[in-house]
Amino acid sequence: MTAVHDDKPLGHGRMLRKEDPRFVRGRGRYVDDVRLPGMLHLAILRSPVAHARIVSVDTAAAEAHPKVRAVVTGAGLAEQGLAWMPTLSNDVQAVLATDKVRFQGQEVAFVVAEDHYAARDALELIDVEYDVLDPVVDARTALAEGAPVIRDDLEGKSDNHVFDWETGDEAATEAVFARADVVVTEDIVYPRVHPSPMETCGAVADFDPVEGRLTLWSTTQAPHAHRTLYAMVAGLPEHKIRVISPDIGGGFGNKVPIYPGYVCAIVASLVVGKPVKWMEDRSENLISTGFARDYVMRGEIAATRDGRILGIRTNVLADHGAFNAQAAPSKYPAGFFGVFTGSYDIEAAHARMTAVYTNKAPGGVAYACSFRITEAVYLVERIVDCLAHELEMDPVELRSRNLIRPEQFPYTTKTGWVYDSGDYEPTLREAMRIAGYDALREEQAEKRARGELMGIGVSFFTEAVGAGPRKNMDILGLGMADGCELRVHPTGKAVVRLSVQSQGQGHETTFAQIVAEEIGIPPDDIDVVHGDTDNTPFGLGTYGSRSTPVSGAAAVMVARKVRDKARIIASGMLEASVADLEWTKGAFAVKGDPERSVTIQEVALRAHGAGDLPDGIEGGLEAQVCYNPENLTYPHGAYVCVVDVDPGTAQVKVRRFVAVDDCGTRINPMIIEGQVHGGLADGVGMALMEMISFDEDGNCLGGSFMDYLLPTALEVPDWETGYTVTPSPHHPIGAKGVGESATVGSPPAVVNAVVDALKPFGVRHADMPLTPSRVWDAMRGRARPPF
Amino acid sequence: MQVPAPFEYERATSVDHAIGLLDRLGESARLVAGGHSLLPMMKLRLTDLEYLIDINGLHDELGYIRVTSDEVRIGAMTRHRELLESAELAEVFPVFAEAERVIADPLVRNRGTLGGSLCQADPSEDLSAVCGALDAVCVLRGPGGGRTVPMTAFHLGPYETALGPGEMLVEVRLPVRPGGSSAFEKVERRAGDWAVAAVAAAVWLEDGRCTDAGLGLTAVGPHTVRVDGIAEALRGREPSEDLYARAGAIAAAACDPTTDGRGGAEYKRHLVEELTRRALRRAFVRTGRP
Repeated sequence: MTAVHDDKPLGHGRMLRKEDPRFVRGRGRYVDDVRLPGMLHLAILRSPVAHARIVSVDTAAAEAHPKVRAVVTGAGLAEQGLAWMPTLSNDVQAVLATDKVRFQGQEVAFVVAEDHYAARDALELIDVEYDVLDPVVDARTALAEGAPVIRDDLEGKSDNHVFDWETGDEAATEAVFARADVVVTEDIVYPRVHPSPMETCGAVADFDPVEGRLTLWSTTQAPHAHRTLYAMVAGLPEHKIRVISPDIGGGFGNKVPIYPGYVCAIVASLVVGKPVKWMEDRSENLISTGFARDYVMRGEIAATRDGRILGIRTNVLADHGAFNAQAAPSKYPAGFFGVFTGSYDIEAAHARMTAVYTNKAPGGVAYACSFRITEAVYLVERIVDCLAHELEMDPVELRSRNLIRPEQFPYTTKTGWVYDSGDYEPTLREAMRIAGYDALREEQAEKRARGELMGIGVSFFTEAVGAGPRKNMDILGLGMADGCELRVHPTGKAVVRLSVQSQGQGHETTFAQIVAEEIGIPPDDIDVVHGDTDNTPFGLGTYGSRSTPVSGAAAVMVARKVRDKARIIASGMLEASVADLEWTKGAFAVKGDPERSVTIQEVALRAHGAGDLPDGIEGGLEAQVCYNPENLTYPHGAYVCVVDVDPGTAQVKVRRFVAVDDCGTRINPMIIEGQVHGGLADGVGMALMEMISFDEDGNCLGGSFMDYLLPTALEVPDWETGYTVTPSPHHPIGAKGVGESATVGSPPAVVNAVVDALKPFGVRHADMPLTPSRVWDAMRGRARPPF
Repeated sequence: MQVPAPFEYERATSVDHAIGLLDRLGESARLVAGGHSLLPMMKLRLTDLEYLIDINGLHDELGYIRVTSDEVRIGAMTRHRELLESAELAEVFPVFAEAERVIADPLVRNRGTLGGSLCQADPSEDLSAVCGALDAVCVLRGPGGGRTVPMTAFHLGPYETALGPGEMLVEVRLPVRPGGSSAFEKVERRAGDWAVAAVAAAVWLEDGRCTDAGLGLTAVGPHTVRVDGIAEALRGREPSEDLYARAGAIAAAACDPTTDGRGGAEYKRHLVEELTRRALRRAFVRTGRP
């Protein structure tokens, strides 16, 4: 069904991905493919319980295993001052537990052995005695009087409070609520979910004691930031650390944090003097690595009777797990949740948030969420639908009346975010057109008359992607800017080196296209290098849809810098002044005399050749930049979901899904569509089946793909995509990010559709995941939050 | 990668060889057929077996579907995929192909076997209910020779069967009678997931009246491979919505579901009622005389 959208893409448009031949032929090289001579294998012993004091750890039997080379416990690490490490949110996290275990799956000890099998066998020989403590599982009880204190490692800590945060104007919001015709309140839960990349996390650490040099292959979305943090944690000089992030089998935010396993692998290599591989298994990935969401939100919306939204406010309880290890810019403890006012021009807004510790795995920003915008958009798009329900107004009409108008951009929201550009109404109209919205509503009316349950859900989202600027945004003091380096070889081929790291996004193609567009060298002649700190400039990495907004801009700027130099060299070659040269993609020509021209390839040869160069010009044709974005970019989109619900079994079938995205200037429409398709599948998964749940003892009930369900091709429809183009005014080619748009925008569309289908039962809200059992409960008026 | 604890492995070359090995190695040995239940348990280190006897080499001997006018015999090593694709079997018992279409995924169906499914005695497994509804008889062989056990007596409880020491399931026999048909209904959270609940129904019709019926349930209790009282309730009556509803109520009362990640107990009980009605309705339609 998907139409081919090739209007107005940049340059080479819908070219096939340069990296795909190696992936489709099994020639990708992932961390687990790294095999070094003498390499040993590390396995981690994890806590079987959620909360317990460690009484003793007996490693004697494991050490006696003939293939075991080292067994390390928390106590052992403590002797070296390595038992704790900083998190990306200025908390600390245990590398190996010393005093207590604080979540099921927490790292307790590790074994280094000659092979992976022996390492696993030896784990069973370690005898740990636990004194089990009451766990805090439900975030709503974390601050209750007498709740067990999880973080007694923190000096003076006597409760499970992590932080309070607020944004907006409380008094002004109260005032608009007081004079509103209609106020709607709804408790909305965004359950804990997991990014579940196909490749789990892992590392190969190779410490060379002679050179004092550490090489670390690891599954990271941010190799440079990790290198700096390892230097801080391990005390190794940064120039002696090389982090290589080879092909990465999906990240979705799961590979932003530094996990204890990476540090264990490094310590192991330091201890045994050999390369050491650690590769977690699926269950370890699911129970211990960065989860996402886990927000309990009360949403309130105030409006006039005729559907003018006046204000939105919310109170959020955020479950951060046992350690605050969320990856977000330092000044944004709630990530970018402040954009919860969505795409609407309203008068006032206010949010208050309390974050708590619980006996669950740490993390909190992951799963393609653009730093909590997924939660924010879900809240606003759900509460707007609740308002439409109360006003008995069509949800599209209600949105349409309140969208920010094009002449209002740049638009400053009531929580202080400056939306760079947008033209929302055409995007909404396009989605309605593709969906055939009016006909769908007619069909729905006919079906309802027959007792059939059909639902139509709409969402309209505005994303905020491409962090920094650096003055506002840093992670542990590292500014969120990105470097780029471009070198044109004598024969006119080029290499561009990025600070960001692809996990499947197609950087090797997109960035070649960007550079090709700017300097006229075909994309196939441009090699894209990334994921190796020794061979790329510094930058903060790929997450939060920031590669194209930040690093993509850096690639444009570096290419323009090279082109400027090429122009000077060309002026010498053509014996014409720089001002008299005209650039047509790939060549400089003398204005009015097109016969006199030189190609970029000829300029490259001259730059490296024996011939004369203009005065003051050095040989070579290369440049380096560090791009500091002046603002985030704000892509937007309108989504329509159509579902059918079986009245007898309460099963939900997603029949259609229309996604119209506006990500500004489009570079490779095929790659954009691929990103959108993946994000939509994510959204269907979260809306209908995904949830990491726990029992009352804190046991994780989502520890395998039998229990943690991801959608398959059978649960998703044939995606129908469309687009509009509203360029970013501050990005050098007008591009915005798109990687997470669909994950952000689709869950509310699906849930809105299911709730719409259940309208005959009087349902106004039901929480995700909308499994058949939970939908049946909702139909019977007993929708319960997923605790 | 999850890896199992050390174990010893031998590939059986005949049924007698497998039984000999089972007899000699005792309770520390397990047969592996498709392995899609056993191998994950081994990788999660949830089993303590020391010997693995691989019977995949016995597919020639035990992989067959033989349909005669009064009986269907299916070898224990017959793969899911063979059950799915057998036109002969679908002609007599359409419930098999219907169940197979929603069992796991093609990878599992290529390896998993009828015998393995029944011997795992997992209450969430679908073919046990199918065999229960069809009044199947299990043929066992052991060191002392062979014996037969009706499907209703084969499962003693979750993960527990009537197999004695050294015994293995070699064949399943299903009686064929005229005027019969069958159907399978399943609700799952996602393709390939275990059932939230499923129902296998088999009916026989003569002169517009039901002469016999069988109903098996999946994932709603420890003893539901065949629901008591269904045949008695339907015999001698004409198929009707009221009749299906009555059977649904009997099934719902007979099951014993628990609340878990797949759904609430009350919902599952509701599903049993709903799916029983749907399965009976389709099965009767299929007899050509609804």
